[in-house]
Amino acid sequence: MTNPTLVRWHVGRVIGRRYEADSAVRLELDVPTWPGNDAGSHLDLRLTAPDGYQASRSYSLASSGESTRVVLVVHEVPDGEVSPFLVHQLAEGDEVEIQGPLGRYFIWNPADPDRSPVQLIAGGSGVVPLFSMASAREGVEESADFRLLYSVRTPRDVLFADELGALSRTTVDIVHTRESPPRSVRPPGRLTRDGVAAFSFSASASPRTYICGPTAFVETIVEWLLELGHDPARIRTERFGGSN
Amino acid sequence: MGVINSGFGGRRGSSNPNLPPGQTLVDDWPVLTAGPTPAVEENDWSFTIRTEDGTKHRWNWTELLSVGVEDIVTDIHCVTHWSKLSMAWRGVSLDRLFEDVETSHDYAMVRSFGGYTTNLPLEDLLDGQAWIATEAQGSPLSAEHGGPARLLVPHLYFWKSAKWVRGMDMMPSDDPGFWEQNGYHLRGDPWREERYQ
Repeated sequence: MTNPTLVRWHVGRVIGRRYEADSAVRLELDVPTWPGNDAGSHLDLRLTAPDGYQASRSYSLASSGESTRVVLVVHEVPDGEVSPFLVHQLAEGDEVEIQGPLGRYFIWNPADPDRSPVQLIAGGSGVVPLFSMASAREGVEESADFRLLYSVRTPRDVLFADELGALSRTTVDIVHTRESPPRSVRPPGRLTRDGVAAFSFSASASPRTYICGPTAFVETIVEWLLELGHDPARIRTERFGGSN
Repeated sequence: MGVINSGFGGRRGSSNPNLPPGQTLVDDWPVLTAGPTPAVEENDWSFTIRTEDGTKHRWNWTELLSVGVEDIVTDIHCVTHWSKLSMAWRGVSLDRLFEDVETSHDYAMVRSFGGYTTNLPLEDLLDGQAWIATEAQGSPLSAEHGGPARLLVPHLYFWKSAKWVRGMDMMPSDDPGFWEQNGYHLRGDPWREERYQ
């Protein structure tokens, strides 16, 4: 996957689906022609109505490597055009068209000779490409130290809860902003600059940092990291959602 | 291919003739940036066009505005499938900035504060097609959206409209910029869906 692969359309068949959180579904697709993908990359998914009308959206991939099994997590956007269909109607055995793999920048490659620590910081569903990187890290013996800091509203919104708990090569810290799990010693609350400093590699370790989440979340975290002395050239971001 | 998603209805309200294929209208204005948002003050900002003989044509903030700021109403299309129609912008036409520029090169590498680059042919930058934009929707451009100034080339996908723009170097061939090296199309015409390579 270190060699750029040609981007083209593929047909994927749904071979598994389950609710991953309150309003999110995990879709497993079998894509016989899929060339594999880097951890952190994404794809475009296109739906075609019987009259030919089409709509496309981009989704991050939760899976990586040389596999023809492609995993996505789709969050239902209230009043959305594509996501409600994917979350509620798309059934096992159905086909969808996908284009990709896309993105060669917001990725982590297990063969990367850079062994400086890797800090992942996720806001909400921004965890998907970062989970993909942490999973890829699981697959190699010797590589960079990984930490994941995951900000999420409530325990019911946590994606990949079981897999995150089973990661052996990534230190995971989950910060709940609205509601903590029962018996949690930490009350719910938004991340602070001190929290980010406590749950991430320090600037002196010169980590590479990947941040994915809503725009305001990413902007705030980056500002704090720069205040904490991190090198802007080693911070990669992926944002979703708007501002005015 | 011919995959039909039989239960999918779609939202036909968005089948607007001004919407290129694969695009959806949005009400907000999404932000897409590959790294930190650079903090650039107007006093520290300048824009430089560098040609093959090393000549630099440079404008600081005040000089740029004195060239003449135009009102622009245009549609914008992002490669991540969203579009905004009839957006109000203000900016300085590149036609004005290129008036005294002598070059035999047909391409430009656009450079931004923060290190971003994107490549464009000169014929996509002249003849009323491109501006250095300083305002959008009635306000100075915010830092998230590229303020104090970004390139505006609305007939191409919006990654070509480089945020925090600080200059362009003329070049003899269409060498790829940042996203163009990372899998995106060299030109990016939304009406031809030139998204990826």
